Amino acid sequence: MTIVQTATGPAKTMVLNMGPQHPSTHGVLRVVLELDGETVVKADVDIGYLHTGIEKTAEALTYSQTITITDRMDYLAPLSNNLAYCLAVEKLLGLQVPKRAQYIRVLLTELTRIGSHLVWLGTHAIDLGAMTVFLYCFREREKLLSIFEMVSGQRMMTSYFRIGGLALEPATGWMDRVKDVVRTFPSRFDEYEDLLTKNRIWQARTQGVGMLSALDAIALGVSGPSLRGSGVDYDVRKYFPYSSYDEFDFNVPVRTEGDCYARYLCRVAEMRESLKIVRQAMDKIPDEGPIKADAPGIVAPQREKMKIEMEALIYHFKIYTEGFAPPPGEVYQRIESPRGELGCFIASDGSPKPYRMRMRTPSFVNLQALRKMVEGRLIADVIASIGTLDIVLGEIDR
Amino acid sequence: MTDTPDLENNPTVAKIRAWRPEAISELIFFRGELTLVVRREFLRTLAEFLAADSYLAFTYLSDVTGVDRFPIEPRFELNYHLLSMSRRDTLRLRVRLPGESPVIESVVPVWPTANWHEREIFDLFGMRFEGHPDLRRMLMPDDWEGYPLRKDYPVEGPR
Repeated sequence: MTIVQTATGPAKTMVLNMGPQHPSTHGVLRVVLELDGETVVKADVDIGYLHTGIEKTAEALTYSQTITITDRMDYLAPLSNNLAYCLAVEKLLGLQVPKRAQYIRVLLTELTRIGSHLVWLGTHAIDLGAMTVFLYCFREREKLLSIFEMVSGQRMMTSYFRIGGLALEPATGWMDRVKDVVRTFPSRFDEYEDLLTKNRIWQARTQGVGMLSALDAIALGVSGPSLRGSGVDYDVRKYFPYSSYDEFDFNVPVRTEGDCYARYLCRVAEMRESLKIVRQAMDKIPDEGPIKADAPGIVAPQREKMKIEMEALIYHFKIYTEGFAPPPGEVYQRIESPRGELGCFIASDGSPKPYRMRMRTPSFVNLQALRKMVEGRLIADVIASIGTLDIVLGEIDR
Repeated sequence: MTDTPDLENNPTVAKIRAWRPEAISELIFFRGELTLVVRREFLRTLAEFLAADSYLAFTYLSDVTGVDRFPIEPRFELNYHLLSMSRRDTLRLRVRLPGESPVIESVVPVWPTANWHEREIFDLFGMRFEGHPDLRRMLMPDDWEGYPLRKDYPVEGPR
């Protein structure tokens, strides 16, 4: 507690505990706020309530088994996590993934981005009192989840990307559902924008709130739409293209204002850009072709082959019992997840288990900026600022 | 990917060699990624140099992560993943720390984002960062004993 000068003389500040059980902290985030009236003097962020030791667990699993725990970090974008991890292991192995699998990966991660932004938009809006948008967003998200369920068998914990390609051939007719999404979603995005973009209450709650300058954002390591709302155009898909992103034509929405409203506009524009990528990917994906790399001993053999070839059966047995051993060395693979730069660092010692697996998660780093955004501002702006950072506690605490 | 380019002519390496030839003890090139092994006492000044140099401009620190090589000595390893937005270039700095005194100067004054990364490494590996503004436990409870990501710490936790 400190003494602050007010208009009526010196006064004591009040300490207010927000969270870990609080609906607008999007999980179990605790913020200790020191308040002077309604103004935040100091904000101390306390995390770790969802720490499950994923990085430690990975050290006891084989490279293939680890894919399943990457789903559980950013549970709103499991396919992005799968992709970062698989690309890192493929880089370690020097493995080339067939083009068809790469395009399907791009298509699905872009749908993931839309799905994740929909949850963000819905929950951010409901935090600020706009109930309707939430219901609309979750209606649309359901369509995306049904696509993920169709291709992988799971709505959320997909584990669909595997080292060297995809787990299995997507079910017949999945493209029809994607076509339906591409056809209907643009008008749905218009609907959200009709409700929010020119809404005076929405503007009053977000414009000039949660200010973050470009210099501060870079210094604090902020990435993703939160960085691009401050006028920096860093997008991993453009800077360091992976999974054939360089073959796609899309824009990176950037706003210079650096407030919650700018980040809102960035994310909405990003959803439209993602649809553009999905449309291109639909044209690019060939009807036929391999979805797994030809790498015996690393990629599981086809079921049919196992019935007639002894080697295939041996490889299958070895992959699922002891796994495969990449060469010793370290790699760092970054991708653009819905929240920003998702990096996967793997140190291999030449054994079939990752010696060290580290995820650089964008939510963890972005959350550091909260203090800068809220100190000296009103307590109501804390809610808007947490919402606009689009954090997922699962990937913060890991 | 496998063919090693001429590392000494790499602009980053050349610049550092011209600045302090003794700062880098080893160059590693693996899968297209350049790693500079930095002597412990030079890390902080090298960080300042890399961030302030107008050409190199490594102003963005993506990640800091630790590795425990137990029982090999020097036991601990720190990896700093740097990014230069203007040149679209990346770099990894590596520092090796001995098991009995895993202490290093903090880089928070150079890259404020290192604050939470260093706190997390302190929490999970027990390495200490001199000059860190707020070195507290982060993910584990304040009264937790031991450092979970160390290799001599069992996956199931202490028994």
